[in-house]
Amino acid sequence: MSFLEVLYFIVPSAIFYAAPLILVAIGGVFSERSGVINIGLEGLMVIGAFVGILFNLLYADTFGSATPWVALIAAMFAALLLSLLHAVASITFRADQVVSGVAINLLAAALSIYLVKRIFDKGQTDFITERFSRYNVPFLSDIPVIGPLLFKSVYNTSFFAIGIAVLAWFVIYKTPFGLRLRAVGEHPMAADTMGINVTRMRYIAVMISGGLAGIGGAIYAQTITNDFGHATINGQGFMALAAMIFGKWHPLGAMGAALFFGFAQSLSIVGSSIPYISEIPNVFLLILPYVLTILALAGFIGRAHAPLAIGKPYIKGQR
Amino acid sequence: MSNRATNLLVPIISVILGLLVGAVIMLVSGYDPLKGYAALWNGIFGDLYTIGETIRQITPYLLAGLAVAFAFRSGLFNIGVEGQLIVGWFAAAYVGVAVELPKIIHLPLAILAAAVAGALWGYVPGLLKAKFRVHEVIVTIMMNYVALHVTNALIRTVSDGGDRTGNIYASASLRSEFLQNLTEFSRLHFGIIIALVMVGVMWVILEKTTLGFELKAVGFNQNASQYAGMNVNKNIILAMVISGAFAGLGGAMEALGTFEYVSSKGGFTGIGFDGIAVALLGMNTPLGVIFGATLFGSLKYGALNMPNAAGIPIEIVEIVIAVIIFFVASGYIIRLLLLRASAKKKEAK
Repeated sequence: MSFLEVLYFIVPSAIFYAAPLILVAIGGVFSERSGVINIGLEGLMVIGAFVGILFNLLYADTFGSATPWVALIAAMFAALLLSLLHAVASITFRADQVVSGVAINLLAAALSIYLVKRIFDKGQTDFITERFSRYNVPFLSDIPVIGPLLFKSVYNTSFFAIGIAVLAWFVIYKTPFGLRLRAVGEHPMAADTMGINVTRMRYIAVMISGGLAGIGGAIYAQTITNDFGHATINGQGFMALAAMIFGKWHPLGAMGAALFFGFAQSLSIVGSSIPYISEIPNVFLLILPYVLTILALAGFIGRAHAPLAIGKPYIKGQR
Repeated sequence: MSNRATNLLVPIISVILGLLVGAVIMLVSGYDPLKGYAALWNGIFGDLYTIGETIRQITPYLLAGLAVAFAFRSGLFNIGVEGQLIVGWFAAAYVGVAVELPKIIHLPLAILAAAVAGALWGYVPGLLKAKFRVHEVIVTIMMNYVALHVTNALIRTVSDGGDRTGNIYASASLRSEFLQNLTEFSRLHFGIIIALVMVGVMWVILEKTTLGFELKAVGFNQNASQYAGMNVNKNIILAMVISGAFAGLGGAMEALGTFEYVSSKGGFTGIGFDGIAVALLGMNTPLGVIFGATLFGSLKYGALNMPNAAGIPIEIVEIVIAVIIFFVASGYIIRLLLLRASAKKKEAK
């Protein structure tokens, strides 16, 4: 296998694995930029995956080939509702945001499997029949090298995810809304003094994170696993959280990190059929993203600062 | 109402709210909540066998809860109890199968191995927090996954590609004929005694030693502790190491008592994550952990009876647990409501 062939093999699969991570990580960026830690991304993804698959199975006849896309919307709203619970706890009830996130994760995992057992009478759902289709981008896929690398038999969802990342960058850095969002996360009291409604901003941010995580979960389930069970998401949300930190709380950084994690994940799955890589024990590829995150955090890849007010409930009038 | 009373009421109200939410969900999905909770009750206290199994289930929760609580008291949030427990489980089982020694050496050695493995897994986030100010929450989450994959790989290596190790030698086992006979041959083992001793150990460390005083001081205010001449960094590392050791012991309970082997895992055991709930419910005190672990161990084991006796998926109990954590975390609002209620009572008088 030549080097180029290896690339043709692994780059598309890396992008394929990265797409859901990008969306969820961007969701994390919104929430944490506003000062709310969202460990619950994993749970929000689980709910997204569950609702996505359920919707797909129930309405495949109604919507035909558009089903996976409509399912994304359903998943978005379901996860948005769940994220509201996290928002109420951590913003209004002043709960420890990490603990509340842990509760969201446990709740999502239990609730989705409970409903699966109630509806399907078994531990996992059936396989979906309506799936996202792969296709070759016209003209672009004919470009030598880059064509087969990036534009041959790709999912629309990958472009969607990258589009969202760029959009998120624009929203957070180029709009008044983004400025307020960042202000609330850095110095809520100053933001409050300037007339920004801290509570409302944080609610909106957490809900955006919920919606994006839901879409990410649904994409993951509808492209990679094609059914839903207790092990469907299996840590993807935490990976996205890591990608967010790796990307220094910046949408495009998060996207880059997600692409890298996608690469690491695809390596551990397709690596066995690639020369040299197949000789590395699989376990090293499996733990690679986690170890890299730890190293990144320890500052070996350059310092990053979390938003200053992160994790602290904002209490009006208290210094 | 006194502060102490509200502190006690918050977890109790949370548990009641959790059970209520569970009942509502059962009702909405067409199950009979009374039947469900009756099945749960019988699953916990039905006969001597189930009581024995319930106590067995409580054992690892005690240690996981201690681990989380101990870190909390030093101002650290150890989400890595799950990973520390997994490596402890593996280490104990490995020592159990690798050598055969007299029981008096073998059993303590296996237990020690688990504690050391867990401590090592806690040392990494502790060190990174102390040296680089890296937030321990993310590092411990990552360490959980590393633990899962690494132990799975080690199990495959040790068992020549198999999914589980052989059974440990009897000389490393915590099983006890006496306890089994007492409980109609449940898998109840001596681990419960170790766990209860550890509750005492944590109490002594926190309340009776200089180390404990310093750890708590660091937990309250790092800057003040630094100013008072305490070595904050050393204390952060020590707290994570001790916390990890407790978690590792939790793994030893499974390796040497309940299962007597270790098998590769597709996902987490959940004991470590539930440890967070146990500690929260117990307000991070050693005695409180007994309360929290008893509640969670009972719920978890009792839930196994729900599908058979009432046709209800066991996940309902997981939902209840999640809701309990949610409400305990939101203690502020419960306190506020209690305060309002007691203020109204005063006005009425």
